[in-house]
Amino acid sequence: MIELVSETRCISCNKCVQVCPMNVFSAVKNAPPVIARKDDCQTCYMCELYCPVDALFVAPDAARSVPVSETAVEASGLLGSYRGVGWAATQANTDHPVDQSFRLTAH
Amino acid sequence: MSVIRLSETIDSNAASLVRDADVLVIGGGPAGAWAACSAAAAGAQVALVDKGCCGTSGATASAGTGVWYVPPDASKRLAAMESREKLGGYLQDRAWMGRVLDRTYESVNLLAEWGYPFPHDDNGQPHRTNLRGPDYMRLMRRRVLRSGVFILDHSPALELLTDEAGAVAGARGVRRQVGDTWLVRAKSVVLASGGCAFLSGGLGCNVLTGDGYLMAAELGAEFSGMEFSNAYAISPAFASVTKTLFYNWATFTYEDGTPIPGAASHGGRSVIARTLLTQPVYCRIDKADERTQALMRASQPNFFVPLDRAGVDPFRQRFPVTLRLEGTVRGTGGLRLVDETCATTVPGLYAAGDAATRELVCGGFTGGGSHNAAWAMSSGFWAGAGAADYARQGVAASIDRRLRSARGIALRANGAAEFDPGALVRAVQAEVFPYQINYFRTADGLSAALDRLDRLWTGVRVAGQSSADRVVKAREAAAMLATSRFMYRSALARPESRGMHKREDHPRLDDAQRHHLVSSGLDEITISRRPAAERAPQEMAA
Repeated sequence: MIELVSETRCISCNKCVQVCPMNVFSAVKNAPPVIARKDDCQTCYMCELYCPVDALFVAPDAARSVPVSETAVEASGLLGSYRGVGWAATQANTDHPVDQSFRLTAH
Repeated sequence: MSVIRLSETIDSNAASLVRDADVLVIGGGPAGAWAACSAAAAGAQVALVDKGCCGTSGATASAGTGVWYVPPDASKRLAAMESREKLGGYLQDRAWMGRVLDRTYESVNLLAEWGYPFPHDDNGQPHRTNLRGPDYMRLMRRRVLRSGVFILDHSPALELLTDEAGAVAGARGVRRQVGDTWLVRAKSVVLASGGCAFLSGGLGCNVLTGDGYLMAAELGAEFSGMEFSNAYAISPAFASVTKTLFYNWATFTYEDGTPIPGAASHGGRSVIARTLLTQPVYCRIDKADERTQALMRASQPNFFVPLDRAGVDPFRQRFPVTLRLEGTVRGTGGLRLVDETCATTVPGLYAAGDAATRELVCGGFTGGGSHNAAWAMSSGFWAGAGAADYARQGVAASIDRRLRSARGIALRANGAAEFDPGALVRAVQAEVFPYQINYFRTADGLSAALDRLDRLWTGVRVAGQSSADRVVKAREAAAMLATSRFMYRSALARPESRGMHKREDHPRLDDAQRHHLVSSGLDEITISRRPAAERAPQEMAA
């Protein structure tokens, strides 16, 4: 469930407001968006994926809110770690592994 | 019919945003995106509305999917069709399977042309049987926009509108981030609103509450195969990630670490369900060697995200798992199609993706996204073209028709009090989630649940208009309720086990029941039978 909009990182682009399929965020004039409807979060991580500055953190628990501290998440190196799941399409660098599904033989 | 009696003419300017289109597409997942592109390519002016955001909404965008992509080689195609027929309970239609294989091959190759980065193997050969969700759907959104389609994001549709002859003539809904309403007058409508996963928390699936089923049912549309609606996916108990491939390398255990006899992702999922009735089930992905482990991370990195964040190493540590209901998202029931253009039984209304029945290609079972993904891109393509063609015909050529509302649940200003959507959601979930009712089906269990669901329907059908801030959730809750009643009414009408529909009291497949179950109606649900397609000679010999 979404737990963090980092005020130090957020550039108020409101991309998360647009891409969240569940309409969890609300835009705020001249400020970072707020998590307005956390109960509706479906833990799909799309907001994290689209955030251009890695300002968001979705905690792994889907059914209950487990608040996180920004300092701890920052230290863990997890901010932005969902990006490897997508964006192979436009990333020229190799940080984003090529899809290897075809090598996985049926077990 | 109650629909007609309740109809009333509405002012076509009765919304903050009014727009005309030849074709309106409801839903912006893969089926809706392909439908919009295909209708636009056929020369139609197209509008697309999405409850969330076209490009991120739905099961595909967040989860990713395999694709039933088979080169046009006769023996490979035949093997691809035959391999699934027993699983699906012999309800597939070879002609439709062939069409879907052809269309999927074309569409996936188009994706490559459009720049989707399919991987190549060490010999330089491309592999096109898997799509990463975020990349695929971001590309599709761009294609939709490039086609000149008008997109309304965060604009849930509340109801379909009809003309005086009963043909579909548009839809209306709300723009939830603007706080106002929209109305699109259209000559035809494609429902690509997805299936119903009952807010069970599967990856990306909470937008899929069966909204399109309710809207179509209010116009008297027919459904097919709604008994095939009890797919359950494995996920970590605490997490949302319902990606199940890697559980093929897993050992499932009791709390004390002892393996559960017979428990497996394939062919032993019911053992997991039965164990979960009385105690937690744990799992460790312990059958993957180091090379496979690395490939897994590079194949489906999202599988690992919640585990990594929870500090669980799934190859070395066991973690609790659960089974989440995916309803008709990974089931196969949906709106019945009457021809190859994906027309439904309502004039002017087309259906694609999980909104439509997938029995034609999958029968009564899907093992995962692969066939559904092929179906979404194929049915979307055909429905968009079919809707564009219909829009050009004389019968619908006038956009200036008097619009009628069916005034369905939560939309009737009758002076009665509104209902509590949250309470209704919980009441429906209490009937459809439990394995003892929906996984292990019996006449007694289904009948008792259906009685309770029918009573819920009787209660909400007389409720008043929902307030603006609750109407979307009220319609979602009503859609879940309608879906659950189609499910269980159909499940009771199939006293046998076929595909994913398993009856504890009728554990065998009955050759006399190789037919489709068609359901329709809301206050009273009627069930009829339609013959399944002729079985291919090879199947008969097998």
